[in-house]
Parts: sequence; structure tokens; C-alpha cells
Amino acid sequence: MSAFLEIDTLSAVLHGSSQRLLRSVRLTVDRGEVRGLVGESGAGKSMIGKAVLGILPAAVRIVEGIIRLDGHDILAMPASERRRVIGATAALIPQDPLTALNPSRRIGPQITNRLVDILGWSKAAAKTRALELLDEVHIDAPERVMASYPHELSGGMRQRVLIASAFAANPKLVIADEPTTALDVTVQKQILKLIREMQARHDTAMLFVTHDLGVVSKVCQKLTVLYAGKVVEDTAVAAFFEAPQHPYSKALLAATPKYTDPFASLLPVHESVIASANAEITAADQEWRHGR
Amino acid sequence: MILLRALLTRLATTVVTLFGAAVIVFFVIRVVPGNPIAMMLPPGATDEDIARLSAHYGLDRSIPEQFAIWFAGVLHGDFGASISLRQPVMPLVLGRLPATLELAIFALVLAVMIGGAAALTGTRLRNTRTEAAIDIANGVGLSVPDFLWALVLILLFGILVPVFHISGRISPSADLPFVTQFYVFESILRLRFDLWWDLLQHMFMPALALAIPLAAIIGQLLKQSLKETMHLDYVVLARTKGYAENKVIVSEALPNAVLPTLTLIGVQFTFLIGGTVIIERLFSYEGLGNMAIDAVINRDLPLIQGIVLVFALLFTVVNLVVDMTYALLNPRLRHA
Repeated sequence: MSAFLEIDTLSAVLHGSSQRLLRSVRLTVDRGEVRGLVGESGAGKSMIGKAVLGILPAAVRIVEGIIRLDGHDILAMPASERRRVIGATAALIPQDPLTALNPSRRIGPQITNRLVDILGWSKAAAKTRALELLDEVHIDAPERVMASYPHELSGGMRQRVLIASAFAANPKLVIADEPTTALDVTVQKQILKLIREMQARHDTAMLFVTHDLGVVSKVCQKLTVLYAGKVVEDTAVAAFFEAPQHPYSKALLAATPKYTDPFASLLPVHESVIASANAEITAADQEWRHGR
Repeated sequence: MILLRALLTRLATTVVTLFGAAVIVFFVIRVVPGNPIAMMLPPGATDEDIARLSAHYGLDRSIPEQFAIWFAGVLHGDFGASISLRQPVMPLVLGRLPATLELAIFALVLAVMIGGAAALTGTRLRNTRTEAAIDIANGVGLSVPDFLWALVLILLFGILVPVFHISGRISPSADLPFVTQFYVFESILRLRFDLWWDLLQHMFMPALALAIPLAAIIGQLLKQSLKETMHLDYVVLARTKGYAENKVIVSEALPNAVLPTLTLIGVQFTFLIGGTVIIERLFSYEGLGNMAIDAVINRDLPLIQGIVLVFALLFTVVNLVVDMTYALLNPRLRHA
């Protein structure tokens, strides 16, 4: 057993349809490794994160595959046990810090509740831990922030709180679901730096979901490119930026705007690339149906 | 400080509201047909008798003049005397108010319990047949008014299967040790649980009739808000922390989803108090509403005025309490 998170041939369909949303996805995240998960909107990148955390919408059904989290085959577990394993080993840094905190509750309990209710810590120990974490995410007055309500904090502050909350229970896997998309550009950079810093300090495995290849180059060591719910490339980040293998990956990389040449017009992914990628998907689907 | 100022503002508007209510009811009941004097004298009374009695009650003066006299009395705490009962109005009204308050509050508690249970169950079992059944029950509860529910309950549980009391406030044979009119409250203080139980049994049917439509509204609105809240990011985040579904619904979603329902309960509770008038009549429950109907039948002008003022005061107090609770539950409002 090497990888901390192993996803193997994971397929999911929309309830009442045979159309696959995830197409035999295979990916691993090792301890201490950050894996980027990129793709266009609707490619299923967030869905993979949700599947791992057990929060898929009711309309999405997993039809095959294995998700192994710290050696536990979580899909084979009874729901209550799965919840406990996920709560104890994994954590989410959500996309929108404005909606991810409970508006009617103070920040303190929102950080400590998992420690106290799920992991059985004492309240005092959980509070000490929360203060420690708020300090780690560079919040100046942790006591005051703990006593605040979410609406009293800025977006950047809230994302710091959520990052602290995610790392509070010493998770072995953190899933960051586009954690900077909802933030101001000036704040994005700081938060990105903070996430990398926290990941390195806690030596956590991390699945970093994003559509931004620039972010991937700064944060990740490994990269999975997703197209229509299918993995089209799985490689090291350095290798990817040097020479992407799949035509879709190549086109995606070429379409990324470059700060070095601000006047260059944006390149769309060429139609022929889309067509060939779609043909590949159709072929894979046919083979899959045949195999069942 | 801010809270104090808000409170004072509310107090001022309450005074204006009560004055408006007093003016309107005073004039309206004098303009509509019907004459208290005619109700008091035997048939064949002479015009002279009528004139003398009218003068005795001051009804021979112009309406604005009557209002000035009455209002001057109110400012001194004198609400006049009931024409039909020949007693001062305020002691009469305050003597009946507790019975109505206890009935209304019991009905509210029932409505919140039934509606809340329906909403929580419907959310837990969303998109199942149970939820559909709850929706249908809510629809039926909503579309039948409280006085029809009262008749249904009387027929079902008072006559067909006589398991509940359908008349009065307490068994007539009961020996009452009470010094206040808050019987339910006082029976608990005196540890007379036998009387307490007897009171609740008498209140159950009228309270349920009042509660069913409100329970249906609460059930429907709260379930709707809960289901919307269940998709919000912070609720989903709580799930990833390892919380079970029930816990997620009750401690994450409910405190936020309950706010619109709370406002609605405030508005609907005043309707419920209004509903006690007819319900008390149907169940011969000796409360303010039952007295109000007698007062109207007898054209007892001072008593009607007194009752309406007390009802108006009750409504404004209820609204004030709701706003306070709202501010307490929603931290975003506390600083506003």
C-alpha cells in the first residue's frame, strides 16, 4: 500500500440515465504529495472530490469502482462508518468562503466542532488547537476571531479560517476545491501560498481541484487532466509543462494566457481536438458497455 | 443601548396603534345598527324611559363628545362599566384574559410541535413517499379553517368516540383553590397535577382546532427552508466532518432555516388569537373571546371597547416578542 488515496475505475451516472459523468477514473495521491486535478467546467473534477468525501448529490450514483482512503475501501462500508472514517482522515477546503461558514454560529465552534463531537477531544484541548491553527494561518487576533460571527470577517479571513478548520484535525488528506476562485485576485496569491505552506508543514496528501494551470504549476507535483469525466493525462507537473502527451492537454496548455505576452490573443481549444477527444470518449463508452 | 432605543421606539408606536384601534372601534360600533338600550328595556317601554336610560349611559350626546368622555376616563385607568353585566370593564376583561392566553399558548405549542415534527421528518425523508404524505396532510390542514376543524373534532372525539372533553375549561365538580385566573400555571405552582391534567384535557380539543392550520403552515414553510438550507455549502461541509444526517439537519440547518418560519409564526399567532373568539364559543370555553361575542350580541359598547383594546395590546406585544426573538437568533441583526 503506497498511495494514501487510491481511486480505481470509478464511474458515476446521473440517476435514471446511462450517460456516465465519471468514466472509469483512476488516480492516486501519495502521502505528502499535491495532485492537481484540472479540466473545464463540467469535466467532473469537483465530483471526484465529492465522491471521496461522501457528499455527492443524491442524483449522482456510483456504478463501479473503488475509493481507498488510508487503506479503507470506503464505498464498501456502511454509511455511518464511512462518515466516521472520512471525518477522521480527510478534510475539505471549500470553494466559496462566503457560503461555507454557518452564519448563525461563532467561528470558534465551527473550527472545534469536529474535534469535540467526532474525534472526542476535550473542549479545552480543541480550543487550544484552534488557536494554534489560527496562528498558523497568520490570523493576528485569534481569540477575537474565534468569538466573531462569519459576517464580521472579510472573504480572505474566512478562507483562512476554513483552511485552519480543515487542518485542525490533522487530516491525512485535504481536498481543496477551487479554493481561490471566489477570492479577490490580490488575496488569491496569499491564500495559495498559505495552502502550500500548510500542506508542507503538516505533510498532508492533497487533491487540488482547479481549472487554472498557472495555479497547478505553483502548487502541485502531480497532475491529472480530466475531459468529460475521463482521465486523459496523468503525469508529473514538470513533465506536463515540458511536453504534454494528450492532444487535449496540449491544447489546454496552449490556451492558457501568458503574462509574458499580454497582447497575444487567447487561443481556443481547436475544434478538431474537441472532436477527436469526443470520439475517444465515445469509443471508451462503447467498450465499457460491452464489458458489462 | 441600541436595543433600548429600539424598544422605546416600539413602545411609542404601540401607543399610537392602540389609540388608532380605540378610535376606530369606538366609532364603528356606534355607527352600525343596534342599540344597547333597546336590549335592556322590556318590550313596551316608553320613549321617556328610553331617553332617561340613554342619558344615564351618556348615549344621548354626540359621538365625538362620548369619545372625549370615554377617553378621558381611559387615561385615568377607568374603562367604564359594562352595560349588560353592570360591572367595571377592566376587571371583567382581565378576569377572562388569562383563560384565552393559556388556550392560545397551548395551541401555539401544539402547532410548533406538530409542524416542527412534520418539517423535520419531511426533510430527513425528503423525496420519499413519507414526504409526499406530509405534503398532502399539510395541504389538508391548510385548506380547512380552524372553526371547521373544531366542528370536525367535536363530532369525532366528542360525539362519535367521546374520548375528550369538548365543553368548558375545567370539570365543574373540581374544587378550585386558585387565586389567579392563570389556572394551568397556578396548578403547576401548587403541585395540583390532577387539576393541571383536567385543564389540559379540556383545552386539548379547542387548542388542537386552533393549532392544525398553523401547524400545517409551519410544517410547509419550515420544510421548504430546511430543504433549501441542506444544499448550502456550510451544511455540506458539516457532512464531510463526519456528522450524521439527523445532527446535520438539527444543529446546522435548523437554526438558519427557522428564521422565516419564526416571522410567520408571529403573524399567524395573532390570527390564532383572533380565532379563539369563535373556538371558545364552540367549546363553551370561558375566555375573552366568548365574552366578546356576548358583548356584541348585547351591544355592550364599553365592554366591546375594553376587549378590543386588550386584544390590540396583545397583538402588539406578540409582534414585539417575535422581533426580539428574531434578533436573538440572527446575529446579523444584532448590530443593525
